[in-house]
Amino acid sequence: MAISPPRNRLWWNEPIERVEIGWIVVAFLWGLFMFVFMIAWHFIGEQNLSTETYRITPAAYEEKVIAFAEKYQVDEEAGGVPVVRPPAGEDVYLLARLWEWWPVLELKKDQSYRIHLSSLDWQHGFSLQPVNINISVHPGYEQIITLTPTQTGDFGIACNEYCGIGHHVMTGRIRVIE
Amino acid sequence: MTAIDVSHPGSRVAAAFRTCRFTGLKVDIAAQRLIMANAVAAVIFLAVGGLMGLLVALTRWPAVHLLPSEWFYLVLTGHGANVLLFWIIFFEIAILYFGSAVLLGSRLAAPRIAWAAFALMVVGAIMTNVAVFQGDSSVMFTSYPPMQAAPNFYLGLILFAVGALLGVGIFFGTLVVAHAERTYEGSIPLVTFGALTAAIIAVFTLASGAIILVPTWLWSLGLVAEIDPLMYKVVWWGMGHSSQQINVAAHVSVWYAIGALAIGAKPLSEKVSRTAFLLYILFLQLASAHHLLADPGMSATWKIVNTSYLMYLAVLGSLIHGLTVPGALEAAQRRNGYTKGAFEWLRKAPWGNPAFSGMFLSLVMFGFIGGISGVVLGTEQLNLLMHNTIYVPGHFHGTVVAGTTLAFMAMTYYVLPLIFQRDIVWPKLARWQPYLFGIGAGGISLFMMGAGTLGVPRRHWDITLTDAMHPFDLPSGGFLMMGLNGMAAVIAAAGGILYIVITVGTVLWGKRLDKGEAPLTFPVHKQAAAVAEYGSHATVKLPGTIILVSIFFLSFVLYYFVNWKYLSEIWLLR
Repeated sequence: MAISPPRNRLWWNEPIERVEIGWIVVAFLWGLFMFVFMIAWHFIGEQNLSTETYRITPAAYEEKVIAFAEKYQVDEEAGGVPVVRPPAGEDVYLLARLWEWWPVLELKKDQSYRIHLSSLDWQHGFSLQPVNINISVHPGYEQIITLTPTQTGDFGIACNEYCGIGHHVMTGRIRVIE
Repeated sequence: MTAIDVSHPGSRVAAAFRTCRFTGLKVDIAAQRLIMANAVAAVIFLAVGGLMGLLVALTRWPAVHLLPSEWFYLVLTGHGANVLLFWIIFFEIAILYFGSAVLLGSRLAAPRIAWAAFALMVVGAIMTNVAVFQGDSSVMFTSYPPMQAAPNFYLGLILFAVGALLGVGIFFGTLVVAHAERTYEGSIPLVTFGALTAAIIAVFTLASGAIILVPTWLWSLGLVAEIDPLMYKVVWWGMGHSSQQINVAAHVSVWYAIGALAIGAKPLSEKVSRTAFLLYILFLQLASAHHLLADPGMSATWKIVNTSYLMYLAVLGSLIHGLTVPGALEAAQRRNGYTKGAFEWLRKAPWGNPAFSGMFLSLVMFGFIGGISGVVLGTEQLNLLMHNTIYVPGHFHGTVVAGTTLAFMAMTYYVLPLIFQRDIVWPKLARWQPYLFGIGAGGISLFMMGAGTLGVPRRHWDITLTDAMHPFDLPSGGFLMMGLNGMAAVIAAAGGILYIVITVGTVLWGKRLDKGEAPLTFPVHKQAAAVAEYGSHATVKLPGTIILVSIFFLSFVLYYFVNWKYLSEIWLLR
């Protein structure tokens, strides 16, 4: 029984069932495959999260984002949020704070942008919808991802890291044009 | 009676015992009382936390949207702490005392310290609950800084963890006592070995918890200037995720134990099952990375090595149990005479015994729902698709609710007669309880996973985004899934309430089994009592298990690649 000591005191010398050996081999190889596939996707796949990260103070990051928004602002949305259209390939800054993603970005389809992400206060979750790309955003860390939109239209950014009582009103927008 | 003296091996310390007339096990009365106390506390916190879970699900059901936002976040914080920590760890302490003192026929080491541990855990759990209900600690179970809770929120968790660590120490002490006093021969039973696995992981887990919660507590008191949010996450999840591996080790032990008690199952081979547990000890602690795959700062190499538990070697442990547990059941049933075809053993299993049905449902759902989704979610790149969406709670309700909680509920149907010595009341209701809870738990897991795949965020009060500055529409399918999730939660809650009612009813009014010769309503298999006959199973053919495992494996591979296909269709990232 599993609830009493093994009768054979040398239980480690008992032969293993063939069905067990067979399954262990299959399961081990499957694990090995999944392990290798993660590495392989860095070479064959086009969706890998960059790990380029710098330490930065929230105040310094806020300055960078404001300068970026002033430089490339093209329009203004309701509530005075600037709409910013950076040239393709340019560094793009997005900030998270209680409770908004700022500013609104206008990007071109099939062009690559270096998107900088950081928070000014608590942790937030960048959740681009309905594309469903989800990235954690920390205060004090500036992460840079190279993003290439493959669809046009209006895309929403929700926050999916709980950030206090206004968590459910925290949103942002990315507009992708031809 | 409570003095410990292990410095003189062989010296006996006075302890009162009784012999169980159903299993022949020698039960230390002090251990029995402690198991009862911890089990009662567990059920109370399950009742509180479960009710909170129902309120959460009803709020997230778009058509119901029950609680206002402040209450929603408060109750969600309490739900996590009460069920994920307090219910499960109280029950696990009971399992540790059972797996050591009772299964080894030994006295429990230092019962007075065990009572002190219990008191610390109760005080800590109540302190955290009070902090949550005071309203300034709605920081969620994870309490990520710089968001800050009241100091007592952290202090309660610390006291609880210290108490649990003492309890784990009592378990180790009891193993030493049993060995020194030669209360058993040869190696410890497999179930005790599984409990030992859980205990070793618990030491790592509780140490991680102390390392991060103590400075965070000091920070909340203003004595530490800053807690780095990324460092917090790495160390906190050394507790948060690894403590789920305590649950896995504990509920796998429970599967083996119920298999033995209900149908007289024994491991196919001791060596394989024990090696699988050993893999847990060696590799499960790397899982902190599962929560950092979408975070800045960690290299891809670190992520890949850690998230895969070094080439999925801990997953291998679970996959092995996924064969050896049903295999042991099939072998036992075939010996019991159910030899026709591939599945007579399964069809004629004791489905009316809630311990067996709960255990089997837990096994199937943990594997198919919690296990597969866990590996997919924990794949470095695939995590992007689901990180922090409600897919994540979907996954862990598949492991911790459909898996661990259901297994512990199933075990209760043996704990009540064998430890509390009360026969189960209302057996007809008890028969239905695991199915009701199991269907509900499976439902909430699947529907939350479905909603998360469609982008619905977790821990979110209003997915209509009505009051947001930049409102947008989440897919209508996500709303449908959240509605179905609410309905499944109602079913699960009905199963949960039934469990509480039956448990409390049995403890208060169940027929006493310590007097007279009354049989059990849900019997213990005669083989379980035959202590003389043990060891590994003789070679048998297991066609049913092979078919089941093949179906599982195909589902796993298919679901894995479907998600890679989803990933390949999103925007390009590098």
